[in-house]
Amino acid sequence: MSGSRWLNLQRGFYRFRRSWLSMVGLVIVAALVLVALLGPALVPHPEHVAGGINTTARFLPPSARAWFGTNELGQDVFSLTIAGSRVSLLAGISVVVLAAAFGTLVGAIAGYYGGWLDEALMRFTDLMLTLPSLILAMAVAAAMGPGLGNTVFAIALSWWPGFARLVRGEVLAKKADTFVIAARALGAGTPRILGRHILPNIASPIIIKMSLDMGFAILTVASLGFVGIGVKPPTPEWGSLLSLARGYLPDYWWTAIFPGAAIFLAVFGFNLLGDGLRDVLDPRARR
Amino acid sequence: MIVPVLLGLSLLVFAISHLLPGDPVALAAGPQATKTEIAALAHELGTDQPLAVQYWSYLTGLLSGDWGQSVLTRRPVLADLRIYLPATLELVVAAMALAIAIGIPAGLLSAVFVDRWPDYLSRILSLGAISMPRFFLGLLLQLAFAMQLGWLPLNGRYPIIEDPPPFVTGFLSLDAILAGDAGAVWLALAHLALPAIAMSLSPLATITRMMRSATIEVLQQDYVLTERALGLSRRLIIFKYVAKNAMSSSLTVIGLYVGWLLGGSVLVETVFDWPGIGLYATKAIVTQDFMPVMGVTLAIGVVFVLVNLVIDLLYGVLNPKVRLG
Repeated sequence: MSGSRWLNLQRGFYRFRRSWLSMVGLVIVAALVLVALLGPALVPHPEHVAGGINTTARFLPPSARAWFGTNELGQDVFSLTIAGSRVSLLAGISVVVLAAAFGTLVGAIAGYYGGWLDEALMRFTDLMLTLPSLILAMAVAAAMGPGLGNTVFAIALSWWPGFARLVRGEVLAKKADTFVIAARALGAGTPRILGRHILPNIASPIIIKMSLDMGFAILTVASLGFVGIGVKPPTPEWGSLLSLARGYLPDYWWTAIFPGAAIFLAVFGFNLLGDGLRDVLDPRARR
Repeated sequence: MIVPVLLGLSLLVFAISHLLPGDPVALAAGPQATKTEIAALAHELGTDQPLAVQYWSYLTGLLSGDWGQSVLTRRPVLADLRIYLPATLELVVAAMALAIAIGIPAGLLSAVFVDRWPDYLSRILSLGAISMPRFFLGLLLQLAFAMQLGWLPLNGRYPIIEDPPPFVTGFLSLDAILAGDAGAVWLALAHLALPAIAMSLSPLATITRMMRSATIEVLQQDYVLTERALGLSRRLIIFKYVAKNAMSSSLTVIGLYVGWLLGGSVLVETVFDWPGIGLYATKAIVTQDFMPVMGVTLAIGVVFVLVNLVIDLLYGVLNPKVRLG
């Protein structure tokens, strides 16, 4: 890493630290990642996460023994909520990574080659953007059957066009830069120019979009779970937990409040972090 | 512009619905159906024809007002949409009205008091509001205002035991006003309140943020300095000149949100049992009944294009520079 880049990073971190909202986001996300990683060791009732039930302890209110109470099957809501962090985090990251990878591929090809290929790919991308994304994701997920992998794929399918448009614009701008022309003059092939020269230089906007999208991706996974298309019990997914708990309001409110609050907290954390990262990595978009 | 968009959209939706795995006709025929019965149903519905023929007949049908029929209920999709689309539109319009009425002044205030407490408060609130799942907020509102306090109805559009006002626009609140029935107006608005609030929170937050950053930018322009130098009052500068110029960026967001809320209406409709296109599409999706899904998607596309047309015209009202010659 060159000296100036290191200095930039230091300055960026300084700016990031000065915004306490970004730090709050970082703390929430770090805690979430930690909980997701250590989940199996943390939960008091791993057997409930695996689908086990305890009918003698149904609908116990929150207490010292069961912090978040128990649900209609006597399962410990705290255990389910903690275990849900792993599901949501994994699904959110997978959606964003898949969408970014495919979108970058489409956008880079369109931007670099131009001409009719660009025209065709971008018209298709625009068309995908006009489709209501939640309905598309629901239809694909329902047709493919329940399961986390199918849900992730269905959401990513409606997610890539944003990345494709972003990357195309950036590639178009960088294509005309002197260093790219120099690389081409030296005889570098297209994959090398794109992979070694252009993509590393447009990484920041892609990373910014990925971090900004994380919260919303987690929200979309939970939304699909909530409407009953997507991840199904016994997989402890926050949205589907909330959907089940709906039927037991208002008497057994704790079955709904804690998974719902977990969704909010996770999305909030990623949104704060994404905002902070954008301020650091993209000085033009500050404020 | 509307024709190519809809043509492309219909082709895309048609292609996707036929690329997906699963056999909707077998599903509609029921688990006991024999192979010949399924084939007969497929023939009746026309799904045994080549795809190009199917698409052509779908497209010509669209133009003549035949949007296909549900495989499951055998009802024409257009007739269903005429009932469900106004219900969702009423919700979206109410939510956007709330979001605009609160978001524009809140963003303006935030920018005027930049880096002081009203600004911090509105920034934290709007970040929180964007992160709040609409369906969770809906449940919380139900828990508080319907179940605990009992101030507002729990769900639905209108009490089942009452006759709704005669169908004119499909917007119940508007129909009640047209019928001159004050009680019905109250009932319709009471049912509308909670779902509209649940839906409005995220556009409200986004509009506030857009309005804030646009106002901050406009406040730094030279003409604001000139106006101040000329001795115009702060209030006049902000409300007459700055607000108008800052509003165009919020308009873009408003246009985008209308489409987005329409497509995501199912989240609020599920919570409040609101009989709109979201629930309609979900029921169809679960049973792989694709004609209604295609109809809903196209209807959302039409509304979205029309709303953005209106927004384009509004740009011209706000900013004479973008008016077409």
